[in-house]
Amino acid sequence: MDAEPDLFKAIGDATRRTILDELTDKDGQTLFELCGRLTVKHGLASSRQAISQHLAVLEQAGLVHTRRQGRYKFHHLDTSPLRSIVERWPIDREAPNP
Amino acid sequence: MIRINVTSVFVDDQAKALAFYTEKLGFTKKTDVPAGEYRWLTVVSPADPDGVELLLEPSAHPAAGPFKEALVADGIPFTSFAVDDVHAEVERLKALGVVFTQEATDLGPVVTAVLDDTCGNLIQLATMK
Repeated sequence: MDAEPDLFKAIGDATRRTILDELTDKDGQTLFELCGRLTVKHGLASSRQAISQHLAVLEQAGLVHTRRQGRYKFHHLDTSPLRSIVERWPIDREAPNP
Repeated sequence: MIRINVTSVFVDDQAKALAFYTEKLGFTKKTDVPAGEYRWLTVVSPADPDGVELLLEPSAHPAAGPFKEALVADGIPFTSFAVDDVHAEVERLKALGVVFTQEATDLGPVVTAVLDDTCGNLIQLATMK
């Protein structure tokens, strides 16, 4: 049984992976900025509402945190949940001989 | 022929808005006449004093507050103004204490940034490349 089904669901979608890419490029974005970047840089035609729902899935998985600063809401990247993947399938071992 | 001569932005406080839009953003006052409880208060760009006027309209209607708050929370600008160089304008305005929710961002054909007008709105600055 997976201990982190939300995590794998969250990164199993191409749009959500692109959102993570954009937050990696620049952390702390409003919904408006993210939608602009996705539309112009990636040609994504998703509605603002759809992006908002993708962000909710990422937040559920702990990959995105929202921070209210005054009256604005910013989205921040948190890659720490991804650590469970490399703990489960370590990548720091030497490559096996063929 | 129909044409746009006035467009508006809803502001919490007309006096505060006039100060921000003239002293920080750099517009000049065009019309200021009493209109009931409020003022018919417009500003224009010094680059085009006979061009489109921006009306600083009171956001007194009860629906205006929730509408503005919802836009601001999601970082959505109410309107957009053109500047020659967004990067330089962001630096100039930040030095005057203006808060930005989006830094100058290259979006292909356009560079944009988003600032807080202190009157309940976010405003986009844009430079077409």
